[in-house]
Amino acid sequence: MNYQPSMVAVGTFIVFVMVTMGLSFYLGRTTKSSQGYFAAHGQIPWFINGIAFAGDYLSAASFLGICGMIAFYGYDGFLYSIGYLAGWIVALFVVAEPLKRLGKFTFADALDARFQSRGIKLAVGISTLAVSLFYLIPQMVGAGVLIQPLLGFPHWVGVVLVGTTVIYIVVSAGMVSTTYVQFLKGSLLVFFSAILTVMILIRGFSTEESAAHVFQRIGPFPQENLQTALAEHEAFRASEILPPPAGWGDAPYIRSRDPSTGEVTTWKIMPAGGEADGQVELYEAQTKTKTPDGKTLVNGLVQGTNEGEADLYPVGHLKSLPSGVEPGDPVGPISFFSTLQESEIVLWGKESLKDEQEGEATVFFQKITQGKDVLRPGTHPAFAGIHSDNFIDKLNFLSLMLALFCGTASLPHILIRYYTVKDEASARKSTIVGIGAIGFFYILTLYMGLGAMTSGALDVTNENMSAPLLAQSINEWLFAIISAIAFTTVLGTVSGLILASAGAVTHDLVTHVMRIELTDHEKVRLAKFASVVVGAIAIALGILFEKMNVSYLVGWAFSVAASANLPSLVMLLFWKGVTRQGVITAVVVGMTSSLGWILLSADTFKNVYGLPAEKALTPFSQPGIVTIPLGFLTLIVVSLLTQPRGQE
Amino acid sequence: MQPRNARIGIVMFVIYTAFFAGFVFLNAFYPKLMEITPLGGINLAILYGMALILAAFVMALVYGYLCRTDETQSSRETHS
Repeated sequence: MNYQPSMVAVGTFIVFVMVTMGLSFYLGRTTKSSQGYFAAHGQIPWFINGIAFAGDYLSAASFLGICGMIAFYGYDGFLYSIGYLAGWIVALFVVAEPLKRLGKFTFADALDARFQSRGIKLAVGISTLAVSLFYLIPQMVGAGVLIQPLLGFPHWVGVVLVGTTVIYIVVSAGMVSTTYVQFLKGSLLVFFSAILTVMILIRGFSTEESAAHVFQRIGPFPQENLQTALAEHEAFRASEILPPPAGWGDAPYIRSRDPSTGEVTTWKIMPAGGEADGQVELYEAQTKTKTPDGKTLVNGLVQGTNEGEADLYPVGHLKSLPSGVEPGDPVGPISFFSTLQESEIVLWGKESLKDEQEGEATVFFQKITQGKDVLRPGTHPAFAGIHSDNFIDKLNFLSLMLALFCGTASLPHILIRYYTVKDEASARKSTIVGIGAIGFFYILTLYMGLGAMTSGALDVTNENMSAPLLAQSINEWLFAIISAIAFTTVLGTVSGLILASAGAVTHDLVTHVMRIELTDHEKVRLAKFASVVVGAIAIALGILFEKMNVSYLVGWAFSVAASANLPSLVMLLFWKGVTRQGVITAVVVGMTSSLGWILLSADTFKNVYGLPAEKALTPFSQPGIVTIPLGFLTLIVVSLLTQPRGQE
Repeated sequence: MQPRNARIGIVMFVIYTAFFAGFVFLNAFYPKLMEITPLGGINLAILYGMALILAAFVMALVYGYLCRTDETQSSRETHS
């Protein structure tokens, strides 16, 4: 879809960015020491730190990715909300207080507290960098996604803009300013998401399609002699039926062309239900085609908003409401779900079809779906395996949920926030505040996602834009504020990740592994240089991964974090037999096995390499269920084999 | 971390993990069960999911309260 930049949105966006940068610069003026730059002198109040946890954690993936997945597939996106929040239980009950007691600047400090080993610092420093980079990808993708409708720039410009702004923030400031930016962002995100949810409930449900276009559904027709039957139908009298492109094979589509405008309408042939059993109906679809000469066509015309051009229409509406419910009636927080449960919803699917002459077409088609099917797990392709009888198909889901549960307490940018408060009690209290704010937000994601699904404002090509477009369907100001908050969300999370990476480079790799003596001032300068390099890499990766759902990408970051870091962290707390060699090997094996698994998975083959998914070398895409236990096993075996003499 | 806090933390962690594992297990192996609507016309998938989020917050508050009590007692013993 082409977006028209809104002046209100642009103005609000500029104000948010200026305030964020101004605050960073103001608070960063006094940050000269490394203790201040990396850990805010340990003086952040616990409540501020707790909301800043929410600011750090509620990233672009949480807001854009989860809402987008719910808007297009229903309940499955909410599984991420549940998994992300459950991970905080590990952080609070197991990790928070010991981590605060053991560490000073980085996650490696805590793991290395007992051993003082260069090897541990090296392994954990590298794993911190790997996890941070993986987590940075979806944030940068989300940034590009937001900039597109806000300012009308292409995706890559958005990624470069965010990268540059964040690098400026991190270089000019440090942990104090990042914390207060996170606090502001976290508060605003939760508050305005609550407002948006209330407005969704007040607006109620509507069965009307978007004002821009009403999609047709015609028939039933007999399956045999379909072409003849269509030629006689009034909808096709003024148009010509086109032969299907050779490359489309037996795909169930019919195309008609309006000779006066040149617009091509694609119809999906669907079996007609009820009394018309055995016959077919035609559902109007939309197509976007990349032609061999590089043009982008929408429904046969050049994509654009000028005369003679065409653009994709916004979608998402209810086909029918349960009896007794009137369109536009306000709904309560409980009747919101019970009403949807009994409704029929028009979801949108897509299919890619290639033809040598016409190019690569994506057909977006209507899928009439019962509400009860939308509100159950297993609609998204990644989760469809739970309805399969094959055990291997269920493993992808189990693996993802395990990674989400174990990943939170292993994320470097979350863990370093425990060093910004003064003691263990403050670490605990700030985690409790964080769980409250994050949990409340995740409950709202289900309302926002389902609200977007039925808002008539969805962009079929971009599920990550669902939440901002939902806001736009309610109010232009709300769209401006929500988009600006989402943008600062990206800024905040990215700055936290870059700071964690810079800390790993400066403290773990340069100071401890390479044993280069640096003055305090030099450490801060090196950290700033490292921030610029990490930021540049993040920009490149954000452009490369443009088309992937940001929430799914975060699932991978969680898998790598949980596989590399959690086994050592947990075992150090509960087993005295852990050895230095055990920690190093577990971190290396956990990190390389999870990264390797991801690179060889079907999702990476399909979405990154552009190869057939069937050629993937791993049986399912999410590695956690194999690589997290592998990390634990490696640590135990190597520790047992390397026990100091006299203790055996 | 005081040993008592650690013990409370582990007990609560095990309880919550069992609750979470039950959710994941039902979704993976009995997905049809998640479609039943036991309360207010809302299906089990939503009810259980919401309960997991609320339980996390309630248990966090209880943990905070129990640890606070412990700290107050320790502080009194130190002063006496």
